[in-house]
Amino acid sequence: MQLFSALALIKEGFSGQRGWHAQWRSPEPQSSYDAVIVGGGGHGLGTAYYLASEHRITRVAVLEKGWIGGGNTGRNTTIIRSNYLFDESAVLYDHALKLWESLAQSLNYNVMFSPRGVMMLAHTVHDEQIIKRHVHANRCNAVDNEWLTPEEAKAFCPVLNIEQNIRYPVLGAALQRRGGTARHDAVAWGYARAADALGVDIIENCEVTGVSRGADGAVEALETSRGLIRTRKIGVCAAGNTSVIMNRIGVRLPLESFPLQALVSEPLKPVLPCVVMSNGIHAYVSQSDKGELVIGAGTDAYTSYTQRGALHVSTHTLEAICELFPTFRRLQMLRNWGGIVDVTPDRSPIIAKTGVPGLYVNCGWGTGGFKATPGSAHVFAWTIARDEPHPINAPFTIERFRDGHLIDEAAAAAVAH
Amino acid sequence: MLLIECPYCGERPELEFVYGGEAHIARPAAEAELTPGQWAGFLYARTNTRGVHAERWRHTRGCGRFFNALRDTTTDQFIATYKTGEARPPAVVPQKDP
Repeated sequence: MQLFSALALIKEGFSGQRGWHAQWRSPEPQSSYDAVIVGGGGHGLGTAYYLASEHRITRVAVLEKGWIGGGNTGRNTTIIRSNYLFDESAVLYDHALKLWESLAQSLNYNVMFSPRGVMMLAHTVHDEQIIKRHVHANRCNAVDNEWLTPEEAKAFCPVLNIEQNIRYPVLGAALQRRGGTARHDAVAWGYARAADALGVDIIENCEVTGVSRGADGAVEALETSRGLIRTRKIGVCAAGNTSVIMNRIGVRLPLESFPLQALVSEPLKPVLPCVVMSNGIHAYVSQSDKGELVIGAGTDAYTSYTQRGALHVSTHTLEAICELFPTFRRLQMLRNWGGIVDVTPDRSPIIAKTGVPGLYVNCGWGTGGFKATPGSAHVFAWTIARDEPHPINAPFTIERFRDGHLIDEAAAAAVAH
Repeated sequence: MLLIECPYCGERPELEFVYGGEAHIARPAAEAELTPGQWAGFLYARTNTRGVHAERWRHTRGCGRFFNALRDTTTDQFIATYKTGEARPPAVVPQKDP
């Protein structure tokens, strides 16, 4: 792997930038692998990277039906935080947050992780009570989170409107200072480059059409649009399309896929120093390093695979944002799009073995999978390599829906579901 | 926004309706004999179809009645709506506008 460094930049600057190589290969699929990951987003590429780097399983392929990072990894609003309510979630998301802090160094790739703080607004007495409960639960779990008065919130984020006579007045806010954003594309590319350097084959434009199983029921091979690939271990990281693949294998999951929208504005000078989000009005907004406001809206009510959402959903979000930030009223939106998010009944992910030997699944991240990318990939690689869950993802089974051990983060997630 | 044809009231905008999830999931008859796995299947497992999906809608801000619909989840195009209790009609995907 060609290492990136200040010295390499200077050297290439003097030689016309002609010495850079392609950052990963484009190999033809081999006839067999030790493990195959289905889905080339951040979670899948990260899983392949940790399989190779931590578990010494290097005969690994990542199969992607489109191009890597072209699904939800390239479509989310890049918010990173770990202030989840329940113990199981706090451990999982904080594991991810700790990996984010050193990810650029580990991958030798600038993922532009920016811990600028994530502020969650309270607009009603109920919001205030539930958010304070979160703050206390987080602090018991050694996850940083603090309560701010409206004046403290405005001091941290001066552009915020804390007038009390608006439709959604700010009664206070929770602030996780370690939270922030990262460059979503760089996460996919950084993991792809690092995994490729360890021998992982990244195979794009390769759709899985079926899985063949042996007499004992264990997986034996994947049928793909680019031929048969033999393997004894399959990890599915297909986000919104997980049900499509699992239905082809005959495994039913408690998942439904919904469109979730995001928008970006025209670029402007630095104005919003942190991430601001609001459960109550399905809004979250941050400013990218290019200057665009990155805005996340809610999900549509119905299941869909269209990768677009209804205008009334984003209108609702924009109306609220214009009230909270009156200075944004004259901004024009440049683009809006949707991603397909796979949602479980308790809004917590599934990172687990399935009833099929050799088949593992990492899904159900719903509206908040990007923040978990390194942690999710890390524990999923462990689960695949050792055929048993890491202690962190042990509660996130499929069987919890049978046994009633739900991790009910529905009320804890950022957007109303 | 979708335009949805309520079988009782006719075409109305999506805002008048509430989505009711996958259709034709019948509550099991012999409840006492069900295993936890079968209960979980009834409560939580969904086909999450990519393609023609049978689903319930309720015309909450209209007649208030539930009905079923077939919708292509790859285009969000409605193929048919029909009254609760009626059999699922054949899924003939209409031609898209040129």
